[in-house]
Amino acid sequence: MPKQQANWSPYDNNGGSCVAVAGADYCVIAADTRMSTGYIILTRDYSKICKLADKCVMASSGFQADVKALQKHLAARHLIYQHQHSKQMSCPAMAQLLSNTLYYKRFFPYYSFNVLGGLDNEGKGCVFTYDAVGSYEKVGYSSQGSGSTLIMPFLDNQLKSPSPLLLPVQDAVTPLAEAEAVDLVKTVFASASERDIYTGDKLEIVVINADGIRREYMDLRKD
Amino acid sequence: MKLDTSGLESAAPVWGAPSELVDGFSAAPSFEVPNTTDFDGFQKEAIQMVKPAKGTTTLAFIFKEGVMVAADSRASMGGYISSQSVKKIIEINPYMLGTMAGGAADCQFWHRNLGIKCRLHELANKRRISVTGASKLLANILYSYRGMGLSVGTMIAGWDETGPGLYYVDSEGGRLKGMRFSVGSGSPYAYGVLDNGYRYDMSVEEAAELARRSIYHATFRDGASGGVASVYYVGPNGWKKLTGDDVGELHYKYYPVMPSTVEQEMVEVAGA
Repeated sequence: MPKQQANWSPYDNNGGSCVAVAGADYCVIAADTRMSTGYIILTRDYSKICKLADKCVMASSGFQADVKALQKHLAARHLIYQHQHSKQMSCPAMAQLLSNTLYYKRFFPYYSFNVLGGLDNEGKGCVFTYDAVGSYEKVGYSSQGSGSTLIMPFLDNQLKSPSPLLLPVQDAVTPLAEAEAVDLVKTVFASASERDIYTGDKLEIVVINADGIRREYMDLRKD
Repeated sequence: MKLDTSGLESAAPVWGAPSELVDGFSAAPSFEVPNTTDFDGFQKEAIQMVKPAKGTTTLAFIFKEGVMVAADSRASMGGYISSQSVKKIIEINPYMLGTMAGGAADCQFWHRNLGIKCRLHELANKRRISVTGASKLLANILYSYRGMGLSVGTMIAGWDETGPGLYYVDSEGGRLKGMRFSVGSGSPYAYGVLDNGYRYDMSVEEAAELARRSIYHATFRDGASGGVASVYYVGPNGWKKLTGDDVGELHYKYYPVMPSTVEQEMVEVAGA
C-alpha cells in the first residue's frame, strides 16, 4: 500500500491582522475582531488582544487555539514572577519570556504571529515583533497576520524611522502624537479590510500611556 | 545521542523546597515533540511556517589587529521582506560575537544559550572561555539536534588568551577554524570583494572599509540581502561596533551621480 499522508493537521489559520505602533510616551496596539476558518466566519466579535502586564499588551493572529494556550502560559508565568519579585514584569522582560516560550515549542510550534506593545521602564513606547518560533526584535511599529503584507508598506511609508542599527544611533519611535497614531491605525485597518477577506468586522484599539490603558472600538466592513 | 536540553532549564529555581511551590516549569526539561508517525514530513511543513531567513550576507576575517565582523540586516520570508533591521551580529559577551544566518529564532536562542554557558564557564573556572571552547560548545549542541530541522550558519569571532579566533559552525554539525569566512546567499559576492582586497597587515580602518564594501556589493547583487551594513571590530579589549550604514546610501557614496553633458535638449513648442 503506498505511503499515506496525514489528512488531519493540528493547525488552522483563523485569519485577522494585528498592528502596533510605539510613540514617545504611548503605545497603540490594534487588531480586528473577525475570526474565520477557510471561507467561513466563525464570529465577528473575537478579541485577539491580551493584557499580559500593567504596561504590556500582546496582539496575536494565526491559530487562535494556540494563541489562547500561549496567553494562558504567559499569564501563569507572570503570576509566578509577581509572587517571586513583588512587582509586575516590564515590557522588555515579557518580550524575552515570550521569545523563549515560543522557542521551547520549536519542534511543534505555536501557530501564532505576535506583536507585543507597551511602555518600557522609562515610560517610552516599545513594540516587539515575533515570528512563530520566537525570533524577536524591538521596532518602532509592526504588523502581523493576513493583512500584514498590505499594512506594512503603508506603515513604512508613513512611519519609516531610521534603523536602530545605524551608527550614530537614532531614535526609532514615531514622532507622531497619540491621537494621530490612533487615526493612522484606523486608516490602516479600513484599507486592509478593503483588500483582505480575512480582515474586517470591527477594530479593537488599545492605547497604553502613563495614565494607564484605554480601549476603543471602530466598525469595519462586514463583507 | 543524548539531546542537550540545557537550553530548557528554568532560569531561577523556586525558593526553598521544591515540594511546596511546584510550578510545572521546573520539571524535567524536554522539548515537546509532536506525536506523529511521520516526524520528518511534519517538520518539513512546520518549517514552511517559519521559512528560515537564509537570505543573508555575513562575513568575518582575522587580520593583524584582530577580527572584523560584518553583516547585512534583511530578513526575507519567501519573496516578502519581513524586516530590514534584523540584528545579525549577536553579542554573546563583551569579547565574543556570533553572526546569524539561517533560522533567526534558532540563531538567537542558541547564541543566547551559548552566552549563558560561557558565563557559567567563567564562574566555574575563574577564567574566560576560549573561542575554541565556545565554538565547540555550540557545535556539539547543534550536532545533537542534527536532522531535526534547525537551520544555523554562524561564525564565532572573539579574542582570547591565544589572540584573535574565528570559527564557522553550522547546523549540520560542521565546525571549521579559519582566517576568512562568509555565510549566506550573498556570500559568493562578498567573497569576491573580500578575497580580492584582503591583506593580513591592514589597519583597522582599511579592514573596516573592506568589510563594508564586501557587504555592500553582496547587497547590490543579492536580492535577499540589504538594509543596514553593520561592521564590528574585535580587539584585545573586546568588541566595538564601528559603523552602521544604510546600503542605499553607501551606493551613492561609492558611485556618486555625475551630472552628464546634455546631448539633445527638448524645447517647448509654441502652440500652433
